[in-house]
Amino acid sequence: MTRVPLLSVENLTVQFRGDRGWVTAIEDVSFEIGAGENLGIVGESGSGKSVSALSILRLHGRANTRYASGAIRFGGRDLLSMSERELRKVRGGDIAMIFQDPMSSLNPVLTVAEQIIEPLQLHQGLSAAAARRRAIELLEMVRIADAGRRIDEYPHRLSGGMRQRVMIAIAIACQPKLLIADEPTTALDVTIQGQILELLRDLQREIGMSVVLITHDLGVIAEFAQRVLVMYAGRVIEQAPVAALFDRPMHPYTDGLIDAVPKLEGDLHRLTTIPGNIPDLATVIPGCRFNPRCREAKDACRRDPPALLPVGPDHLSRCPPRAAAGGAV
Amino acid sequence: MTEAPIVTVRDLVKTFPVRGRAGEPKRTLRAVDNVGFEVLRGETLGLVGESGSGKSTTGRMLVGLISATSGTVELFGHHIAAGAEKGALNKVRSRLQFVFQDPQNSLNPRMRVGDAIAEPLDVAGGLSRQTRNDRVRELLELVGLPRTCGDRFPHEFSGGQRQRIGIARALALRPDFIVCDEPVSSLDVSMQAQIVNLLLDLQEQLGLSYLFIAHDLAVVRNISTRVAVMYAGGIVEMAPKRDLYAAPKHPYTQALLAAVPRPVPGRARPPSVAGELPSLIDPPKGCAFHPRCPFAFDRCRVEKPRLKPVEGGHAVACHLHEPGGNRPPAL
Ligand SMILES: Nc1ncnc2c1ncn2[C@@H]1O[C@H](COP(=O)(O)OP(=O)(O)OP(=O)(O)O)[C@@H](O)[C@H]1O
Ligand SMILES: Nc1ncnc2c1ncn2[C@@H]1O[C@H](COP(=O)(O)OP(=O)(O)OP(=O)(O)O)[C@@H](O)[C@H]1O
Ligand code: SF4
Ligand SMILES: [Mg+2]
Ligand SMILES: [Mg+2]
Repeated sequence: MTRVPLLSVENLTVQFRGDRGWVTAIEDVSFEIGAGENLGIVGESGSGKSVSALSILRLHGRANTRYASGAIRFGGRDLLSMSERELRKVRGGDIAMIFQDPMSSLNPVLTVAEQIIEPLQLHQGLSAAAARRRAIELLEMVRIADAGRRIDEYPHRLSGGMRQRVMIAIAIACQPKLLIADEPTTALDVTIQGQILELLRDLQREIGMSVVLITHDLGVIAEFAQRVLVMYAGRVIEQAPVAALFDRPMHPYTDGLIDAVPKLEGDLHRLTTIPGNIPDLATVIPGCRFNPRCREAKDACRRDPPALLPVGPDHLSRCPPRAAAGGAV
Repeated sequence: MTEAPIVTVRDLVKTFPVRGRAGEPKRTLRAVDNVGFEVLRGETLGLVGESGSGKSTTGRMLVGLISATSGTVELFGHHIAAGAEKGALNKVRSRLQFVFQDPQNSLNPRMRVGDAIAEPLDVAGGLSRQTRNDRVRELLELVGLPRTCGDRFPHEFSGGQRQRIGIARALALRPDFIVCDEPVSSLDVSMQAQIVNLLLDLQEQLGLSYLFIAHDLAVVRNISTRVAVMYAGGIVEMAPKRDLYAAPKHPYTQALLAAVPRPVPGRARPPSVAGELPSLIDPPKGCAFHPRCPFAFDRCRVEKPRLKPVEGGHAVACHLHEPGGNRPPAL
């Protein structure tokens, strides 16, 4: 493709220091996102989705994190080599982030008003009164009832889903070029979830915002994302346009994720799972990291690390046997 | 089943004062409004509903984490809410557990997760070091984490891993009743399936009962025996799982089921129920759902519908289902 990406992550490897030395959390992760585009990231718990997202703004604790290789280009600049001061201007301005855990990013000793008004004054130059009016409007946009009153409350007095929506309001307050949303709707019922996704789409139409959406909900991915990245054990194992991913998954792990979606109709039986668990970061697995759990594994899979191979238009998969067979085997 | 319920909740109410800005009068927010239900031994009651509708507040009152404004909660034959016998909560405390919606709330960032999981065991006391540590490793394995990760700190885990640590901790004392507040909501489908299957296994083996609060209607369908739907502080519908999913009666339940996103690219979600959200400070007159209900008629705007049985254990709070009401078209 020849689009000029808004953000491109190139061969990113991130390591953390633990009790037993450095471990690699994500390895050789690459993806791009164009202006106004929606990229979904899926994968099992612990696969490296949040580590990837937090790395874009270098939000990991500095002392114990190593950005061992790669580059993150945004508007022609490498975020990884930017000074902390320059980066602070990008955070909450051009790039906004919705964190997976609302309580760790909302300040418990400040009211909602204080937390949402400050960035409006800082980045948008609004007066205190105008910022308060805008803040109430934003809370109404994320469907908080009695917004004019509840804006003066502390986060612990709001429900889980209301806190999540406050974070969304803060993130979109400054009309970012790129919104990184890490599980933004996990605490919401489906009717409000639908309204929030609609709101994000409206903003995309109005201001051309791009969205990186991390979610385990394949229903939300199918509805919202244009392209999808599937991660497993710290690596991208498949990347495809959304329709292709669901119609013709080219990695056994993606098959497993799709099969495990609980159904709303049909016979009730125990939920399908992918047997086994994602390996611990410190565990070394020769060959394909999925091979111990894979029903299609061949000898080569237990020996040679698989490459990310083209398997269709804009479609990559890290499963050589599938790529050779041209689909499910 | 003819057994006595292990949990009986009647007319439960919780209000919170809301401070406006300086100069504005103090107001009251009615978070839970006359909620009643029972949970039998070995049963799972699923609790779903709109964000902010009072699910967590209900769950917290059930295990005595917060006190009720009025109404009664009876656990294993002891009254713990308003007008409780003295010390009643202590008598039942070890049989109750709570899995928090926000793992951040329950895990101390400076405590190794193994110690966090063992904390209920340590408080109860009486275990040798060896037994305690074995039990921690067993619990870690049960929730799909490496047996050896007990010496790490919470920040070294992903969101979903922290949620599983919370579940391991809740299981430590082998409780009889667990309130699970969104225990699987930040888990991927495969881990969700593992945890739901684990909870079902434990239920079968140990006769556990759950109040299972969740947003994912498909997950609730899998784990629940019966399901209650909350809206604006009240239960609007309650039914055995099959009936609720096959024939939802309340217009809010119908809207909720219609809005579930499906893993089919290109399928648009039907337009969601628009309209004014229910204020809990100045609740709508009549039925709290009437400002958004496509079927609202005159009576809905003046009279509050009560939760009434309609058939076979199915109860609904909607004037359409009362004698003389016109029924909504089936979904
Ligand atoms: N600060 C850290 N120090 C050490 N290990 C970490 C740190 N942050 C994450 N990890 C580890 O890196 C791996 C990837 O974590 P990450 O948070 O990216 O998972 P995730 O895909 O977002 O999962 P989830 O769906 O559960 O949120 C996990 O094994 C996690 O334990
Ligand atoms: N300590 C508190 N002080 C003031 N208001 C509170 C307090 N706790 C809860 N509330 C309010 O009570 C209402 C119900 O909250 P609750 O947490 O029970 O909702 P919920 O159904 O669990 O929602 P969610 O699905 O978003 O978690 C909300 O409006 C909330 O802000
Ligand atoms: S590379 Fe081999 S082991 Fe890995 S997913 Fe493909 S078939 Fe399975
Ligand atoms: Mg995560
Ligand atoms: Mg809640």
